[in-house]
Amino acid sequence: MSSKRLFRTLALVGAVALGSLAPVVKADVLGNIAKTGTIKIAVPQDFPPFGSVGADMKPSGYDIDVANLIGKELGAKVELVPVSSANRVPFLTTGKVDLVISSMGKNAEREKVIDFSAAYAPFFNGVFGPEDVKAAKVEELAGKTISVTRGSIEDLELSKIAPAGADIKRFEDNNATITAYLSGQTQLIATGNVVAAAVNERSKLRRLSTKFLIKNSPCFVGLAKGETALQAKVNEIIAKAKKSGALNEISQRWLHAALPGDL
Amino acid sequence: MAYQFDFTFIPDYAGMLAQGVAYTVGLTVVGGTLGIGIGIGGAISRLWNVRPFGELYRYYVELFRNTPFLVQLFLIFFGLPSLGIKLEAWQAAILAMVLNLGAYSTEIIRAGLQATPRGQLEAADSLAFTRWQIFLHVMLRPALRKVWPALSSQVVITMLGSSVCSQISTEELTFVANFIQSRNFRAFETYFLTTGMYFALALLIRQTMHLIGRYLIVRRPSR
Repeated sequence: MSSKRLFRTLALVGAVALGSLAPVVKADVLGNIAKTGTIKIAVPQDFPPFGSVGADMKPSGYDIDVANLIGKELGAKVELVPVSSANRVPFLTTGKVDLVISSMGKNAEREKVIDFSAAYAPFFNGVFGPEDVKAAKVEELAGKTISVTRGSIEDLELSKIAPAGADIKRFEDNNATITAYLSGQTQLIATGNVVAAAVNERSKLRRLSTKFLIKNSPCFVGLAKGETALQAKVNEIIAKAKKSGALNEISQRWLHAALPGDL
Repeated sequence: MAYQFDFTFIPDYAGMLAQGVAYTVGLTVVGGTLGIGIGIGGAISRLWNVRPFGELYRYYVELFRNTPFLVQLFLIFFGLPSLGIKLEAWQAAILAMVLNLGAYSTEIIRAGLQATPRGQLEAADSLAFTRWQIFLHVMLRPALRKVWPALSSQVVITMLGSSVCSQISTEELTFVANFIQSRNFRAFETYFLTTGMYFALALLIRQTMHLIGRYLIVRRPSR
């Protein structure tokens, strides 16, 4: 082997090695957004009221409003990318989108591969009921009837913490659980805040207001790992929107409930 | 693939299962007694067209024999509160069972009464029986004796139908089975066990009905 050929081979190997190292060098997403003037945000399209496709074929919902709010604050044009709950994290890790705003909860597995902003939307299971029934904490369920769907997360969690005097009525499906509450057969109902919002939207029979939370899992904006500049900026925008009431407005529009103070 | 049966959950839920059985038996006893009572009244009213009950019974029987039990139950539990009549789950379950069995037993008992031979009535008349004696000993008793097997079957059917009451959170045997299944996901074992329990209950009720029939109806009237 001639020395010239050896040199070329080594150069090639070196280049390949360098190439494989290249992705480790961080791309500055925030700088990129400023340069191109557009931000790509992943949103749900099959999960009302957070994101669904309306009659005009345009996505709309809580998450879409938040995406537009962040885009406006960044001074960038928003490009919405519809994702499913299964592919939203891969879209982020492969750089196809800059942010994921898709009613995503935080957990340890996800935190290994992506970063999260501050919480921007409430998502919880809780006990709901009319204004005049007092049940601010679980102990006050004693002597009250609560409808719940058998085997649901709410059922399992509530069964663990409810006092002995609470009368938990278990129904076959969500529909029967809701009907039992609406027809007045139970005083309270345990379900998700999204379900409660949908019930309030469709029925005026007995308005649901939040009594207390059973299990809390608010939604966060997802970002690629290590994008600290962008993360700080998004957090700043969310904090500002909470203060100004812009986020509360979105919550009222889509969830028919005020933004919880502790979010 | 061989399925591994695992019945180790039974001791944990034995108390609940016992309560479920007791609930089902309770529903059947109350529903059966009142239902047959309504049936006897209905059969008499319809046969002699007692005003205004005969006509009312006709509509009632048609309505309840031509609609599903589940829908009747939902109507009572979810529908009546709109009219201000709010019944507890167990009250709604009993009411639905009584009304349902009442409608069927009306027709069963009426068939028995209608089958009374004319000559038997004339014989009783010529022996100077009072109207009440004729009705009780010459008509009702023999009629019940004739239709007792059919009536027993109807009670068993109603007992099995009470499983539907789990839909309105009545905590009878099927509710307990669904509850256990939603906690341990041992669907096969849970329903296997429940099937056996229902089968035993059905046999028990049939036997009980047989004994009641022997004691109350076949026994000769005392003089």
